[in-house]
Amino acid sequence: MLRQATRLLARPAIASSSSFAARARSFSTDLPTAPAEDSTFIDAWKKIIPNIDPPATPLTFMQPRPQTPSSIPSKLTVNFVLPYASELSAKEVDMVIIPATTGQMGVLPGHVATIAELKPGVMSVHEGNDVTKYFISSGFAVIHANSFADIIAIEAVPIDQIDPSLVQKGLADFTQKLSSASTDLEKAEAQIGVDVHSALNSALTG
Amino acid sequence: MASAVGSGAAVPFWRAAGMTYISYSNICANMVRNCLKEPFKSEALTREKVHFSISKWDNGVPQKPSNPLSLSIVDLFFNLFLSIRLVAKKNCEEKEEELKHKFIIA
Repeated sequence: MLRQATRLLARPAIASSSSFAARARSFSTDLPTAPAEDSTFIDAWKKIIPNIDPPATPLTFMQPRPQTPSSIPSKLTVNFVLPYASELSAKEVDMVIIPATTGQMGVLPGHVATIAELKPGVMSVHEGNDVTKYFISSGFAVIHANSFADIIAIEAVPIDQIDPSLVQKGLADFTQKLSSASTDLEKAEAQIGVDVHSALNSALTG
Repeated sequence: MASAVGSGAAVPFWRAAGMTYISYSNICANMVRNCLKEPFKSEALTREKVHFSISKWDNGVPQKPSNPLSLSIVDLFFNLFLSIRLVAKKNCEEKEEELKHKFIIA
């Protein structure tokens, strides 16, 4: 109950200064690139210890956040990662279709910055005339304003690695469990089973 | 978790049933792994194994750990998740204090 308190207290403050210009914080993609070095620190160091190079700070090791380009780039850069492997790393593609919970979402270069939760389904990567399809178990897709897309999933398999007979068997099992489930948790588990297996089925047939 | 409904967001059915996103996501991944063709399936099943050992602490002293277990994530969630919830709840009722017994998963 009290968790909502900070949100409820903050709401009137925002409503009273309601224009976007008055917002204290801008989106991270609208900020200018953070400088890699702190110049005041380096100047102070050089005054006191001119003979030794200033130490490197973590910021100098980081690659600067890419600026949002003023014109829409021609390609989308995709980073598709799994917990055990990096499937695609900074790959330039034309379009990616991701299975978001709100439906299949096509992501083109210049897509508005979005965070989408993914449901079990097929993700296809379109590069020229090649289309690579993966079945994703679930995950998230974070699309940045500069046409970079980070897609993370726990399991992603090419469609030809899926065994149709096991899918049918699983679907039948879980449909039966769904009708015979008693507790909430069992019902949820069975419902997840039915969802995943029907998605696998449509991936195999579609 | 049901307080999310108060702020107007639709709660997914698994969260309404008490499951967290991580459990939901791991269950989906397991179901997908179980539907793979043979050579891929055995490689995938090795990824699913979780190694852990549990030692119960009593008055700041760890007791002997139970046998180090190696379970698949599905067994882990359905046996351990439910049993830890039940045991923690029972302890609260017995001692009238929040979680006097702590489970440390090493």
